[in-house]
Amino acid sequence: MPVDDTTASPNSKDGPAAPGPGAPLAIQVEDLHKSFRIPTQRVDSLKERAVHPFASREYRELHALDGVSFEIRQGEFFGIVGRNGSGKSTLLKLLASIYRADSGRIQIAGRLAPFIELGVGFNQELTARENVVLNGVMMGLTPKEVRERQDAVIDFAELHDFANLKLKNYSSGMLVRLAFSVMLEADADVLLIDEVLAVGDASFQQKCADAFHQMKIAGKTIVLVTHDMNAVEEYCHRALLLADGKVQFIGDPAEAGRDYLKLNFEAGGVSPTGLGGVESDGARLLECMVVDESGPEATGVESGEDIRIRTEVELQRETASAVHVGFVVTNADGLGIFEFGELMDPEEQAESFPAGRRFTLAAKVENRLAPGRYFIHVGVTSAGGISAYAENAATFVVFGGSKTNGIISPRVKFEVESNGSSS
Amino acid sequence: MSSASRPVAELREVQGPSALGGGSRRFFDLLWLISVTEFKRVYFGTVLGYLWSLIRPLILFGVLLFVFTQVFKVGSNLVEHYAVMLLLGIVLYTFFQEATSNSVTSVVAQEGVVRKTQFPRLVIPLATVVTAGFNLMLNLVIVVVFVLAFGVSPAWTWLLFPIALLFLFVGAAGMSMALSALYVRFRDTAIIWVVVSQVLLYLTPILYPVDAFDSSTKERLLMVNPLAVIFEQVRVWILHEPGAPTALDAAGGWLGLLPAAAIYFGVCIYGAWFFNREAPRIAEAL
Repeated sequence: MPVDDTTASPNSKDGPAAPGPGAPLAIQVEDLHKSFRIPTQRVDSLKERAVHPFASREYRELHALDGVSFEIRQGEFFGIVGRNGSGKSTLLKLLASIYRADSGRIQIAGRLAPFIELGVGFNQELTARENVVLNGVMMGLTPKEVRERQDAVIDFAELHDFANLKLKNYSSGMLVRLAFSVMLEADADVLLIDEVLAVGDASFQQKCADAFHQMKIAGKTIVLVTHDMNAVEEYCHRALLLADGKVQFIGDPAEAGRDYLKLNFEAGGVSPTGLGGVESDGARLLECMVVDESGPEATGVESGEDIRIRTEVELQRETASAVHVGFVVTNADGLGIFEFGELMDPEEQAESFPAGRRFTLAAKVENRLAPGRYFIHVGVTSAGGISAYAENAATFVVFGGSKTNGIISPRVKFEVESNGSSS
Repeated sequence: MSSASRPVAELREVQGPSALGGGSRRFFDLLWLISVTEFKRVYFGTVLGYLWSLIRPLILFGVLLFVFTQVFKVGSNLVEHYAVMLLLGIVLYTFFQEATSNSVTSVVAQEGVVRKTQFPRLVIPLATVVTAGFNLMLNLVIVVVFVLAFGVSPAWTWLLFPIALLFLFVGAAGMSMALSALYVRFRDTAIIWVVVSQVLLYLTPILYPVDAFDSSTKERLLMVNPLAVIFEQVRVWILHEPGAPTALDAAGGWLGLLPAAAIYFGVCIYGAWFFNREAPRIAEAL
């Protein structure tokens, strides 16, 4: 594999631009359906089948893919993203002819090499050389073609000294290098790649990145399935976001990435802790949540967007003095980031706060937090021993934005003064 | 990654996984390569290598020869070259048993490959049959030495032996296809097959000649087993003793061979059909 352009930075998008709408199609998928039947009780032996011939035939249908359609043009670097269970692995396996679709049509132009996992089919008992041949043929090369290329493969993997060593004596890093070189050498028209970027040490990752860049320049059609949004934004011309077996979004990778992160935090992960750990005397915290601009509860806040917190407090005893509602925001490690609060005076509202008085406090907080999960702790205090305290009253996730060191990203203004030279 | 400009490829519909998918060329390339590497792996992976596959049938041969010539004296009284018949039978049966019993778990054992690569599924069970075939070829060399050493004279009927081998090979392949696909669904296939192949050993004229029976009805019953037909015919062709009944004689005419033919072709066709039907779903069922 000649890498003639070693200076090319894989971190830039300077590969060929996305092929225009006139480019021929590489993959066309129309209305693809795939469901799995999950038996509620698996019948694995003849005896069970014989004893209960009609029992245990109940299945739960799981619709892994539900009417997926998309087109990929030749020369395009296409990303498929989605949460676990969104159907992306199923889609990949259908494209790779590992599963058969229930209905719908897949058309592919040219030879396709799937890389669902690096080094599948490697036999530990065989030498690297034998495995290269075996794997090459499995990927659709003829034995002759493979024999011509095997030296190039071994060289690229930098395993020349170990070519006749059995794989069981290889380190995992060597295995990965070998597998990756085999993949590059397969020279297919369409490459299907599942999560292989996350392997190997830093220098090998760099090599992978270079290789991807080269493939992009060579005008290969590449389909990348991954969780790694950085990779998608870095390499892909377009991206497809799958959710619950349906196409949620196709287009700009950055936008797909944002949607993906949003989806990720909305639909699950950690559920809000609610008002656990509440201690109260004379006051009660009825509600504390992070909300959207429009009102409903939210679990995520996009980086840079204001954090809106709605809190409802009920006083259970009359009090004539001011009521203080305080908030502390901590990160996932329990480290306090900042606090804020509001003092409510009875004079402004009434003579005093009667028992049973409720008020709702809406706070809008400038969001300078780095991406991650945060917790809100609320305390209510007033004279006469009235107090309520709720630990982890609400939680939210800041998503999007660029990764940063530290826990906040304040706005910074620089002023540079020239002080002349020292000499 | 060498070619920057390649001819524009046409869109072509993807059919999904199948028993043969990917063209016959690729199928045979893979079958050959996998069989050869598996064979190499077994014989260069152990200290004694090939000797193991020879020692096993030879020990069985030695024990049985002792039992049936010194204890029961069944063999030596009826067949002139009992030792040769026994060895030939054991070697052929070892092939059949090795091919089929290795194939039972083959598809499940190759789970990683089946679930993660595009792969003509049929290659997997067939490769075990071909690998067993390599063993058979090596063992037959030893058999030839024995045959000549025991003073069996060469005859033109030896040339017919490959026909018997072909039938045995195809039968083993058919059985392997059925077994490997069945095992994906029912894990007790493996245990059942151990028992069945044990029974088959005794229902095939290996330890005894078919004419050891006192009634022709029993001979005919034995000839219902397709393996019995093949093995008996091999005995006739290789040993060419004047009195030995051919499979046709033992079965009592062509009509008597019908059940064996029906079973044989039934197994082969069912095996191929069943495997082909199951192939697209194997990756999901694992």
